Amino acid sequence: MGYQLDFGALAGYFGLFLEGMGVTLGLTAIAASLGLALSIGGAATASRGRRWARVAVLAYVEAIRNTPFIVQMFFIFFGLPELGLRLTAMQAAVLAMTVNLSAYSIEILRAGIEAVAPGQREAGAALGIKPVEVFIFVVLPQAVANVYPALVSQIVMTMLESAVVSQIAVTDLTHVADLIQSRTYRAFETYFVITVVYLVLAVLVRRLFALAGRRLFAGRVG
Amino acid sequence: MDMPLSNIVIYLLTATRWTLLLSAIAFAGGGIGALLLLLLRYGMPRLGARLLHLYVGLFQGTPLVQQLFLVFYGLPLLGIDVPPIVAAGIGLTLYASAFLAEIWRGCVDAIPRGQWDAGSALGLNFFMQMWDVILPQALRIAVPPTVGFLTQLVKATALASIVGFVELTKSGQIVSNATFQPLLVYSIVAAIYFALCYPLTLCARLLERKLSQSR
Repeated sequence: MGYQLDFGALAGYFGLFLEGMGVTLGLTAIAASLGLALSIGGAATASRGRRWARVAVLAYVEAIRNTPFIVQMFFIFFGLPELGLRLTAMQAAVLAMTVNLSAYSIEILRAGIEAVAPGQREAGAALGIKPVEVFIFVVLPQAVANVYPALVSQIVMTMLESAVVSQIAVTDLTHVADLIQSRTYRAFETYFVITVVYLVLAVLVRRLFALAGRRLFAGRVG
Repeated sequence: MDMPLSNIVIYLLTATRWTLLLSAIAFAGGGIGALLLLLLRYGMPRLGARLLHLYVGLFQGTPLVQQLFLVFYGLPLLGIDVPPIVAAGIGLTLYASAFLAEIWRGCVDAIPRGQWDAGSALGLNFFMQMWDVILPQALRIAVPPTVGFLTQLVKATALASIVGFVELTKSGQIVSNATFQPLLVYSIVAAIYFALCYPLTLCARLLERKLSQSR
């Protein structure tokens, strides 16, 4: 076997690794924020909305959950310009990740909302609190606490799935790997290091959210 | 290039069989891999549990794209030259093993401890306990989540396009580049994936409901 592994060749690219990491984390943070905001509206509609609105949300969820992320992204980046919506690669990536994440988190949050005891809502109503405020201040916090671990998993999965955005030339961590391996001809070493970086990021993000969860929902999230 | 709609559809449908084949390979391979992991997990409780935990953590904590790249560039380093379908098949098999092992472990754990005890009281060895007592019972509750995972696996095969395997998504890229009609082409690609995955999703949901009613 003539091949010698050489990780030293990658030493000069530390800055690029950091940049790629920044892009991957940034994309994930933006998509997670937008996606979760969207899914609060979606989940509220899916569990309490009018019939046509419920059907619309359900159709959205099923359409997204039963097609691959990469196809959704290609559709947005290459397809939508035909309809006059021209997005930069970065915008397309954020939109695709947001759309994808929201479909899954709508389902998760809806389960969380349905698990909140009806007495909570009734108590709010009995106190004369407006239904919208009952939802925001009484139901939603408990719903989120119910499904917090599942939401965190979904965010981590979105981050890992975002490795695909390099395919439309977003300069994320995977794109950095493509770049470095084409310069060093050290494909295996490069992808190995990048994979470890993703693993570390996934573990860190999980830890961070677990820590935040313990503070936010003291005693309610395991 | 001008290409009538019917030709585009036929071309994409033809490519769909590669998506199906890859899904089948990954599911069969993943099933065997998961079974081996389970035997390890319950045959050697302490070491097996740790190994399974590590394996599942690695494959669920890293992007599938990277896993495919590592197989694709790693096998040639070992002196094994493989065509893209084999590389993609191996990559997806490893990936599916992790998810199926995790799903099935939950199902085996749900079988009451007394079943194992009864098996060993009857003088059955580990493999007989597993094969004749535990797995048949675990299988019943394992079916709905396994069918659900199939949806995820079919979608995962789309990433094989990145390592150069021409399945449905890659064909979509090729046709889209040739016809300059990305909106149409990717809509059809998405529709085909939906037609493959949605029945599986519905099936999983139905089986789950049936199972929860029977208990």
